[in-house]
Amino acid sequence: MRKIHETIIEKLLLFSAVVAVLVVALITYFIFADGFPVMQKYGIAHFITGSDWHPLDKQFGLLPMIAGSFLVTLGALIIGVPLSVGCAIFLAEIAPKQVTRIIRPAIELLAGIPSVVYGFYGLVILVPLIRELFGGRGFSILGGSVVLAIMILPTVVNISEDAIRAVPKEYKEGSLALGATHWQTIKKVIVPSARSGILTAIVLGMGRAIGETMAVIMVVGNVATLPESILDPIRTLTGNIAIEMGYAAGEHAQALFATGIVLFVIIMILNFMVTLVPKRIGE
Amino acid sequence: MQKVRSFVYWEEKIARGFLWASVLVTIGALLAVIFHILQHGLVHVNWEFLTREPLFMGKEGGIFPTIVSTVYLILISLAIATPIGIMAAIQLTEYTKKGPLVKIIRFATETLAGIPSIIFGLFGFAFLVLFMGFSWSLLSGGLTLAFMVLPTIVRTSEEAIKSVPLSFREGSMALGATKWQTVWKIVLPSALPGIVTGVILSIGRVVGETAAVILTAGSSLNIPSSIMDPARSMSVHLYILAMEGISMEKAYATATVLIILIFIINSIANRIMRKMSSNLAA
Repeated sequence: MRKIHETIIEKLLLFSAVVAVLVVALITYFIFADGFPVMQKYGIAHFITGSDWHPLDKQFGLLPMIAGSFLVTLGALIIGVPLSVGCAIFLAEIAPKQVTRIIRPAIELLAGIPSVVYGFYGLVILVPLIRELFGGRGFSILGGSVVLAIMILPTVVNISEDAIRAVPKEYKEGSLALGATHWQTIKKVIVPSARSGILTAIVLGMGRAIGETMAVIMVVGNVATLPESILDPIRTLTGNIAIEMGYAAGEHAQALFATGIVLFVIIMILNFMVTLVPKRIGE
Repeated sequence: MQKVRSFVYWEEKIARGFLWASVLVTIGALLAVIFHILQHGLVHVNWEFLTREPLFMGKEGGIFPTIVSTVYLILISLAIATPIGIMAAIQLTEYTKKGPLVKIIRFATETLAGIPSIIFGLFGFAFLVLFMGFSWSLLSGGLTLAFMVLPTIVRTSEEAIKSVPLSFREGSMALGATKWQTVWKIVLPSALPGIVTGVILSIGRVVGETAAVILTAGSSLNIPSSIMDPARSMSVHLYILAMEGISMEKAYATATVLIILIFIINSIANRIMRKMSSNLAA
């Protein structure tokens, strides 16, 4: 009796674990089934290298959106990564206990605030600020990058901090015993030992930035042309889908699924890169 | 010698300055966002705003239907994702035999965590709304959200289960308990704070999700009367108010409600975490 009971539970557990695989398979199937035919019909090159997006005239060039997604993400990483890694080192190595007790909930709150709230803040504060300081319309790569930098902070901080804390104590003690200062130890011993974790954190933050939709839509202006400066408006791949999905039909809708395919493939490449990151020292 | 020493000294000072600065900028950004929203929104949040139905697409009145819809979406998605997520975590931590299937499961879970919400939205639209015929509804939205938070629950549960000392399991097994008895009576109770925290953080994710909800649950402002009805969550409402320029006042107020809600959710998560871990230590 007990044996049967245990077997049933084991089957249930296994099934639950397989659900994730099923969902990924279904997502892949449905995105490709709806988007790939139109990509084949007009040619994959037309989608990836074309710079005109006029879906009603059968012009499905996604290059402006691909560029937009990457530029805004690059900006977010340039602003966000030094801040995040700095925070992570601070929390793991420097912060007195009382300070940690304030900062950790703050970062959790930062992670919890809905993206649409960040987007709203960007819309009412950042966009007018950029317009006043630098000119232009304010809806820009710069605005998107700042909003995204704040949004990827918690991800990068948490994973980097875990990686830094996972560095064996002996490494640090050994370095300090040899006469290195605390910063030298951080720079030469702790961070290098935690580098795979930090790298993972950055790649995951990058994935989060590329995949973010609502916050970005609200601040980048959503113009589907190639930008010339960081003050130009852009449209991201995610924004392209979210904005036009409401009214698209026929090949236009399929082209939005094709946009999803491009986004999906980019995310899969990033995920694959995470698995390529070598395991940390000491494991 | 003197020169080298002073270089090290200044490097240490500058580095510390940078680390402090990065923390202050981060906290500053958080406070800037919260204060601005609360400052402009708090005055418009009152009992009527929370309990009245919106008029003129949200230009006047309250946000009651969006609160109801958000609660439904939370209940539906977590009722599905929590049991599956915890069981998957048990499988991966307690029952895992190394093998290709486990590798595939792990890869799938990580992939799911990295898939952007808009892709979930597209998928939910194609699979649930159209293919399964659920149309724009709480069910489509809730299922899509369940898929989205599944990896979060799996991962936090896994972490929590892994942090239970091996000696607990060995003690239980040595007393003659079976594998499942050990998991159910020893491992899960010890891992509970971590698991609960994961679930509560998932609530936050559901509350905040916009893109996937718009594509699967629609944006109807009526109070849903069944899970097959379309619905508009608070986040979607905020998006529409702000982007269509319907009412900045109401947008601020809705954003304020969202922030306060997230604040409460996080506080509860922290409290449970602290209480459970002190119980465990006692």
